[in-house]
Amino acid sequence: MHPAWSVLLLTTLIGAGQGLFIALVAAQASGRFLQTGLGLSLVLLAAGLLASFFHLGHPERAWRSAAMWRTSWLSREVIVLPAFMVLVAAYAWTQSFALGVLGLATCLALFVCTGMIYACLPFLQEWRSPLTVVNFTLLGCASGLTAAAALAAWLEPAPARPFAAAALVVGALAYLGRLASLYRNARLRPKSTLASAIGVKHPKITQIAQGAMGGSFNTREFFHGRPRDVVRATRWTLLALVFPVPALLLLAGEPLIAFLAQYAGLLAERWYFFAEAKHPQNLYYQAIA
Amino acid sequence: MTTKQLALVIDLNVCVGCHACVTSCKGWNDAGAAGPLTDQNPYGADPSGTFFNRVQTFEVGEFPHTETVHLPKSCLHCEDPPCVPVCPTGASYKRAEDGIVLVDYDKCIGCKYCSWACPYGAREIDEQQKVMKKCTLCVDRIYDAKLPEAERKPACVLACPTSARLFGDIHDPASDASRAIREQGGYALMPEWGTQPANHYLPRRKTEKRLHADELERHDNPLKVDGLLPRPSPEEPALDDVTSW
Repeated sequence: MHPAWSVLLLTTLIGAGQGLFIALVAAQASGRFLQTGLGLSLVLLAAGLLASFFHLGHPERAWRSAAMWRTSWLSREVIVLPAFMVLVAAYAWTQSFALGVLGLATCLALFVCTGMIYACLPFLQEWRSPLTVVNFTLLGCASGLTAAAALAAWLEPAPARPFAAAALVVGALAYLGRLASLYRNARLRPKSTLASAIGVKHPKITQIAQGAMGGSFNTREFFHGRPRDVVRATRWTLLALVFPVPALLLLAGEPLIAFLAQYAGLLAERWYFFAEAKHPQNLYYQAIA
Repeated sequence: MTTKQLALVIDLNVCVGCHACVTSCKGWNDAGAAGPLTDQNPYGADPSGTFFNRVQTFEVGEFPHTETVHLPKSCLHCEDPPCVPVCPTGASYKRAEDGIVLVDYDKCIGCKYCSWACPYGAREIDEQQKVMKKCTLCVDRIYDAKLPEAERKPACVLACPTSARLFGDIHDPASDASRAIREQGGYALMPEWGTQPANHYLPRRKTEKRLHADELERHDNPLKVDGLLPRPSPEEPALDDVTSW
């Protein structure tokens, strides 16, 4: 699949915003630290929402996308994300316990919606796994906890160390989850083959022509179009920056740099998430001519 | 399953890969109610465009035992279309009355999620109109009462010079399309995903003469009842030399 910047930014930014909210509510933070933290969380969520509009051909019709919440996870995310933002703002205003709990539940629902957008597609076998939802949740929480540690180091040093410790634990779990999905995806056997795609029972089928000389939507949207070296380099980047490097930086007492490094790692992780997914339609687009 | 399901049945044994279905589709749908179907840089170095239908060519086997298969590929109007439930706006829908899967271009937000949910790559975004497009089975033709009865068919079906494309209701067991699927081994693409495509393909069929040994030499040949007779010498006159049949 082609990794679109709009979607990479949307999923990583709202993940960090959600994780930060969870960290602040779970730690029962208060005062200027809480207000700044919730403000930052809102900024991250709003930036993600803004990025998502760039994915649309008709952003002015975006309101329509709340219509099919009964069947579409994308529609559900479109409803839950603004609802969560309202709850974050309301919690910042009132700091009521009930709103905090409601916010946490909505936050988890948003993680599920975002993950299920990808995990619900049966054809993309790399995504069709509970690990997709688990990883979106854990990676978002880890990034938010690192942000909370950075914020605490700046505004309220007392909880900075517990936040860093939590970020290490959740980061390690997220890293394990991502390693598990990398391991799983490396061993997938594609369900569709050229034989089933064109319905001719033969082990050796070669495409001669795909019906277009200069490429099409199908060759742009479903292929990342980068050399294998770039994909491999991205995998090493994500393996280094999602957890090991930020963990060392957290231990070294540099939570802000840790957050930035981890965010870069998460962008690489999301890029690789798309690049490693092989859509079965690609079987029909193996050769241009 | 009792309601109507319109579909195409494409005979790969007859398709010659001439792309007449592609050009007629583009011609009709560029100008029809579903149009335009825009192109980008059509006469430049890197042409690209939106098509409902594409003919692809595959080589099966290894030389010298190869065979060329042309595969016209358009939306298969699945009976269980995975692209429809994922649409966040309801712009993608399957018509209850005839099973055609359509996109409401006025509702589509161009998020491309439906194209991710189609294993066949049948949906293409129109880069100029920024909405998702796909085969409509020429819905603006097939019910047009102003057209003569014989022309109320998709443009590709009318254009096919070898009549490789049949159009009909595959839920009606008496239709030509149904009969072709039933009697000529019609199959669906990528059946492993359970999408139940309505469009079917008829397989390539080899027409070969099968000769069995006893067709060349009868096992009850009366001349061989007592075993093989001695071969006549080449000098002796054969039956043809002495008899006029």
